Amino acid sequence: MIELVLIAILSLLAQLFLPWWSLAIVAFGVCFWRSSGSGRAFLSGFLGVALVWLIYALLIQLRTDGVFVGRMSELLFKTNTSVLPALVACLLGGLVGGLAGLSGYFVKQATRAQPISRTASRSR
Amino acid sequence: MQYTKAILISLGTISLIWALNRSWGSIPAFAPLLSPFVGFWQNAESVNNADEEITLEGTKAPITVIFDDLAIPHVFAQNDADAYFAQGYLTARDRLWQMEFQTHAAAGRISELVGDKALELDRYNRRLGMGFGAEKAVKEMLADPRTREAIESYTAGINAYINQLSPSSYPLEYKLLGYAPESWQPIKCAYFLKYMSGVLALGADDLNMSNVLKKYGTVVTNDLFPDYPFREDPIIPTGTKWDFAPVKIPAVPANSQTDTKPLAMRWPEHDPAIGSNNWAVGPQKSATGYPILANDPHLTLSLPSIWYQIQLVTPTMNVYGASMPGSPGVIIGFNKQIAWGVTNVGADVLDFYQIRFKDASRREYWHDNKWKPVTRRLEMIKVKGQPDVIDTVLYTHHGPIMYEVGQRPFASNVPVGYAARWIAHEASNDLLTYYLLDRAKNHDDYRKALSSYSAPAQNFVFADIAKDIAISPNGRFPLKWKDQGKFLLDGTNPAHDWQGWIPAAQNPHVKNPPRGFVSSANQSSTDPTYPYYINWQFGSYERGTRINQRLTAMKNATPDSLRVLQNDNRNVRAADALPVFLPHIREKDLSDAQAKALTIIKKWQYNNDIAEIGPTIFTEWMRQYMDGVWKDDFPGNDSTTLRYPSFDRTLQLAEKDSASHWFDDLTTPAKETIGQVLTKSFQSTVDSLTRRHGPLGESWQWSKHKATRIGHLARLDALSALNVQIGGGAGIVNATTERTGPSWRMVVALGTTPKAYGVYPGGQSGNPGSPYYLNMLETWRTGRLNELLFLQTAQDKNPRLKRKLTLK
Repeated sequence: MIELVLIAILSLLAQLFLPWWSLAIVAFGVCFWRSSGSGRAFLSGFLGVALVWLIYALLIQLRTDGVFVGRMSELLFKTNTSVLPALVACLLGGLVGGLAGLSGYFVKQATRAQPISRTASRSR
Repeated sequence: MQYTKAILISLGTISLIWALNRSWGSIPAFAPLLSPFVGFWQNAESVNNADEEITLEGTKAPITVIFDDLAIPHVFAQNDADAYFAQGYLTARDRLWQMEFQTHAAAGRISELVGDKALELDRYNRRLGMGFGAEKAVKEMLADPRTREAIESYTAGINAYINQLSPSSYPLEYKLLGYAPESWQPIKCAYFLKYMSGVLALGADDLNMSNVLKKYGTVVTNDLFPDYPFREDPIIPTGTKWDFAPVKIPAVPANSQTDTKPLAMRWPEHDPAIGSNNWAVGPQKSATGYPILANDPHLTLSLPSIWYQIQLVTPTMNVYGASMPGSPGVIIGFNKQIAWGVTNVGADVLDFYQIRFKDASRREYWHDNKWKPVTRRLEMIKVKGQPDVIDTVLYTHHGPIMYEVGQRPFASNVPVGYAARWIAHEASNDLLTYYLLDRAKNHDDYRKALSSYSAPAQNFVFADIAKDIAISPNGRFPLKWKDQGKFLLDGTNPAHDWQGWIPAAQNPHVKNPPRGFVSSANQSSTDPTYPYYINWQFGSYERGTRINQRLTAMKNATPDSLRVLQNDNRNVRAADALPVFLPHIREKDLSDAQAKALTIIKKWQYNNDIAEIGPTIFTEWMRQYMDGVWKDDFPGNDSTTLRYPSFDRTLQLAEKDSASHWFDDLTTPAKETIGQVLTKSFQSTVDSLTRRHGPLGESWQWSKHKATRIGHLARLDALSALNVQIGGGAGIVNATTERTGPSWRMVVALGTTPKAYGVYPGGQSGNPGSPYYLNMLETWRTGRLNELLFLQTAQDKNPRLKRKLTLK
């Protein structure tokens, strides 16, 4: 839960100033720092980013009239469905966040496991 | 194992990020586009009425900008430079992508953005000499201190806006196409004006006419393609006395025609739907005793809106009107003393010269009994994702040779081995005309402003508070022998060269004609008594005739009477043609469905209103009838393209010579009559409409059939206005066709303070995410106008004024 909240807050701050993919660095870093399992790492990365993207997108959509988002849906997905862009955006952002979190977790595992694996290779 | 997992997952994540961060062909980079932090979401705007203050490098004194409820800026500056700076800044803020895209197109730089699929288009624009002309024009514009200040301040204003941008604030189209704006240069203003010349002064029938001449000889050609139409009501009223002694006109050379082999060329013929209306009624016809002026320029309708409304107030001017994104000042508008507007003249200012090279090296060409050197211009075309392409273009003194023998012309066949002589290659400062009109106070100022204008030639209509009205088909017109350039010309013979210019003061003009109004609708500039040759064909007579009928009858005119006339849907062509054609129809040969359609046509009141079916049938029928009469006589193929006589000439044939041999279809052994051609084309019209729309019914209604489309410049349907339900049509005063129409409608009533009205099909903002992108469309579609707020001071009160922006 802490990971999820941290990813959400830090990725939000990062994306205000940095390119969109800074969210991946945040998710990676947080999950590298602490995460209790691969499933949880993916989930906190996914949800942390997806929620931020979804809420921000919906806020913009509600503040402006839906016509433009409908047009963009038509342009990108050939169907004028005003919820689609926000949905696809949050899935996409979530996927990148989740995979980055998972990478963070596995890299941590790999580095932690270093001595063991070295021993293993020596003994081979 | 742990390593492998870590590496695989990390690599997978990085690859995914990489793949989502780049575009794939025409599919944009998805993640940055969908990210709410930097993507299209950032372009979503809502109505914001909060005042703003922005500090910018480049202003001399604080500038106050008042925005009204349509987001139209009213600029109050303490000097001219600041006003143009603000215009550049504000136009860029609303229209940056449009400005840059149009100038990129004119400069032949679209390949840079979309890759090699635009290469031939770019090559075409460059070979046409757009860059050659723009370079000359910008030199002229910068040589005059007035236009120099305007261009440089405008440029600085645009760049001040560009410098503020970050990728998240780029206009939407940059995000979709995946590139970044570059800084503006003065030459881009010149490119923009060349772009307009390309739209308005590039039609040419020279080669088709030469092919016709070759096939039928002089007598038939002159008979079917006369230099003055059967029905006409010229811009300068018939009977107007020419108040000048003409200069010597070059004699027609003995060999005025080239010995051309029939050549294929599908040069863009003059598009009859690209025209415009303007008129002014004098004091005797107006309710207030002051003139009222109206203008609606017809162009291929596009989004973002073609025009940009602005009011510019400085110590030297207070002007309001429509500007064009890419050009400082106001193009069509009014100030306290005068109002003016423009329509296209359609002068013959593009000619083709056959070039004879000395040898295959193409370093010299024959002219005036001498070998003269060919110059070479290298065009460097950048192509997205590929190496640059260098294109060498050969120039003679006539102009560029667009395509050399052995080269494959763009998309269709442009004449190979011909040099193009085009008015837009001349050095000229057209901007000065608008600079002076923006500040003009009376008829003398107007005449002075017009004298520096070159291209694209326009019919400048004028009215002022001294109660003068005037009109002048005006531009730089080459001094030609009669019909010079109706056909292809001989590039070796100096008698075929353009030999000077019609003196600007002798361009056709009329002031306060006895009929009490002036008008133009792209028809013939003058009757045949005008001593000079401007062109042999002009826009057809229908709109001009209708406008003149209505204005002749008009008394106590108000702005609303003029607005109603702008929306007039009378089909003059149908009113003239149907009484001639209908009696020839063989009703017994018609099927039930065809007979039903005929009944509709017979009952039709010649109005192209939204729900009428008559115009659908009539328009399609006349298209098929023209094919029925002429296709066998003027068959085009890949090696020879011909053209049909005009509709006017074809109708004249039915009225005066209905037994003419031209009605016979040469491809059949039988001898056809006009009745057979009319009946057959009517039957096939009804059949093809039935195939397209189903049985005769609501789906045949004019506006549904016409389905007017206002397309986004990047050809993105989702950002376009499709299937706009509106009446009108080609040759109708309300000239809204499938793709073209009134791009700006304006009515100005002069008086102690001018009262003005206007609208365009779109909105002030070019951002599809803005509430001001299409907010004027419905007003335009229903034929209404918005009042244009002509402010006197930045402190003026009006409930429609919404917010203030201070630029420091």
